[in-house]
Amino acid sequence: MEKFATLTSIAAPLPETHLDTDVIFPARFLLLPDKKGLGEQLFNERRSNRDGDGPRFVLDTPPWNQARILVTGRAFGTGSSREQAVWSLADFGIRCVIAPSFGEIFFSNCFKNGVLPIVLDEAAHGAVMAAADAAQPLTIDLEAQAIRFQDGRTLPFAIDPHRKRTLLEGLDEIGLILADDLADISGFEARQRQERPWLHLTREQLGYLDDVGEELR
Amino acid sequence: MTGRTLYDKVWDSHAVKTYEDGSTLLYVDRHLVQEVSSPQAFDGLKAMGRALRRPDAHVAVADHAVPTRMRDKPLPDGLAARQVSRLVDNARAFGVPYIPMNDRRHGIVHVIGPELGFTLPGATLVCGDSHTCTHGAFGAIAFGIGASECETVFATQTIRQTKQKRMRVRLLGAPGPGVTVKDIILALIAKVGTGGGFGHAIEYAGPAIAALSMEARMTLCNMSIEAGSRVGMVAPDETTFAYLQGRPLAPAGALWDRAVAEWRTLASDADAVFDREVELDVSAIAPHVSWGTTPEETLPVTGAVPDPAAEPDPARRARLQKSLDYMGLTPGMPLKEIAIDRVFIGSCTNGRIEDLRRAAGVLSGRRIAPSVQGIVVPGSAGVRSQAEAEGLDRIFRDAGFEWRASGCSMCVAMNDDRLAEGERCASTSNRNFEGRQGKGGRTHLMSPEMAAAAAVAGRLSDVRDLGR
Ligand code: SF4
Repeated sequence: MEKFATLTSIAAPLPETHLDTDVIFPARFLLLPDKKGLGEQLFNERRSNRDGDGPRFVLDTPPWNQARILVTGRAFGTGSSREQAVWSLADFGIRCVIAPSFGEIFFSNCFKNGVLPIVLDEAAHGAVMAAADAAQPLTIDLEAQAIRFQDGRTLPFAIDPHRKRTLLEGLDEIGLILADDLADISGFEARQRQERPWLHLTREQLGYLDDVGEELR
Repeated sequence: MTGRTLYDKVWDSHAVKTYEDGSTLLYVDRHLVQEVSSPQAFDGLKAMGRALRRPDAHVAVADHAVPTRMRDKPLPDGLAARQVSRLVDNARAFGVPYIPMNDRRHGIVHVIGPELGFTLPGATLVCGDSHTCTHGAFGAIAFGIGASECETVFATQTIRQTKQKRMRVRLLGAPGPGVTVKDIILALIAKVGTGGGFGHAIEYAGPAIAALSMEARMTLCNMSIEAGSRVGMVAPDETTFAYLQGRPLAPAGALWDRAVAEWRTLASDADAVFDREVELDVSAIAPHVSWGTTPEETLPVTGAVPDPAAEPDPARRARLQKSLDYMGLTPGMPLKEIAIDRVFIGSCTNGRIEDLRRAAGVLSGRRIAPSVQGIVVPGSAGVRSQAEAEGLDRIFRDAGFEWRASGCSMCVAMNDDRLAEGERCASTSNRNFEGRQGKGGRTHLMSPEMAAAAAVAGRLSDVRDLGR
């Protein structure tokens, strides 16, 4: 995973609240096979006019089409667990999303993809939104847990220490568990088989699915 | 020591280890695998040369993208066919049991998990799907995860999690006639908001719960995510045990007795403390319908479309206006005057046999309005054949509905079942987000009997007015 250290960019202002993952990445594109290239479908229904005259979606409007930070309203990324919402943001170039609140699954998906979601209270959020509107660059310093404004002001933000490390070091979570915790997992499984054997399907039970046929194709 | 909640007990029994930052490596007993969230996870495993730690802990089925018609033929070539094919190939390569779309055990993951007895009290269950909270109805910790987390579960059978706070929702009183658990959960979401359960694991409790069937409890827990909570649970009781006993993947014989003995101890202790308590008097609830584009934008059907001008907070006013514009509604309009084009009865929220029985009960001897097109999509092949055995399919067909095969269908519009731009649908699903049922489509969420009543009237209507 790509490491996240500091990021300096203008931020795209998207003050709307409740932008759920269906709006971020409409369901019909979930049929696309790859993670790459999904930035094309990001906020698809809001982007009917990508390069013509007339009003455009903020991410299609210079200079914000170059923004790597998105500042948005509360309840961002609620709804479906589709990780495509994060993949499409990352593919578009967004590495940091700032909002007063997030959908929980979206929030945790961000950390798996080198995207930093930041929760700010209303006052701090307002200040960042103003800088975004004015297209003033912001610096996100993850190590120091600070957002720096062009005029020297600084805003702190909170982050879970493990998630911070994951982003800073670009860690492979699976690799970590396999390296450090395998003995604990095996021990747990052995105990569970003794204490709660019904949680492990027996051969006979699994046999119930033996006669499933082939998929038609 | 103070008492523990249901959530605490299941959590504690699955904690493999606690890290120095307080997070927990949680053991995962069960994983339901579907075509949309699994391909990238399997790709990740392949890229790293990793195997599944326990192939026997997973069951795979294609539910989201499959068509609900012409299931006796292969999928027409295209993205959906390729996505299903990829799941088939991955399941085979990694040794995961796969249920084909024509199998008698096929269905939406959250419908077949319980049907199979794959879902058990006191277990942990995950799926790359946010409505995994449905399985909490059995007293399991069940939650939706992203594709990367699916990969972690495949490889390690664990997931690193921070424990949620505990929230108890106490349901008091008994619902009036025509009022279902769908109305109760919609009313709850309207009350606490779509962020109301954020950071919390909800336990539904109170006298009204004991009277609910397992299917009703599943409908309730299913929409916990719409209240912002990944986890919604009900303590297992005799109703739970009666539902599970004899299911193919549920324990049998002496193991069943041992399991039940433990399941009886899972209920929250009397002195357990919750971080947040909410009470809802269900006897005061009328049938609900959503009018906007988030599930909290829901009102009793006797109400009227809200007026943004009456909203003092500018952000909320803008949000309201946006919803009304998308939904094509005028402030002050009685909800019962909203004309509909389509009706969808189905989904992991309301696609089970009891749901179909109740909708059929309203439709029996009636015809849907000529302007309305309706489909019934049973949540599983099992539900479908049960409904046919009871003659429900005839009632739906005679009323003018199309009778389809199992899948997610118009809940998510990844197959051909979708609204056209501007079409308005009375739907028993769980999300009224913009475009959820098709680009530009407009969704009104409601119970199966309310959807049936809307189909007959050709507009949103109060099932209590129909009489019977
Ligand atoms: S029926 Fe709808 S909500 Fe349920 S799993 Fe399928 S798409 Fe998701």
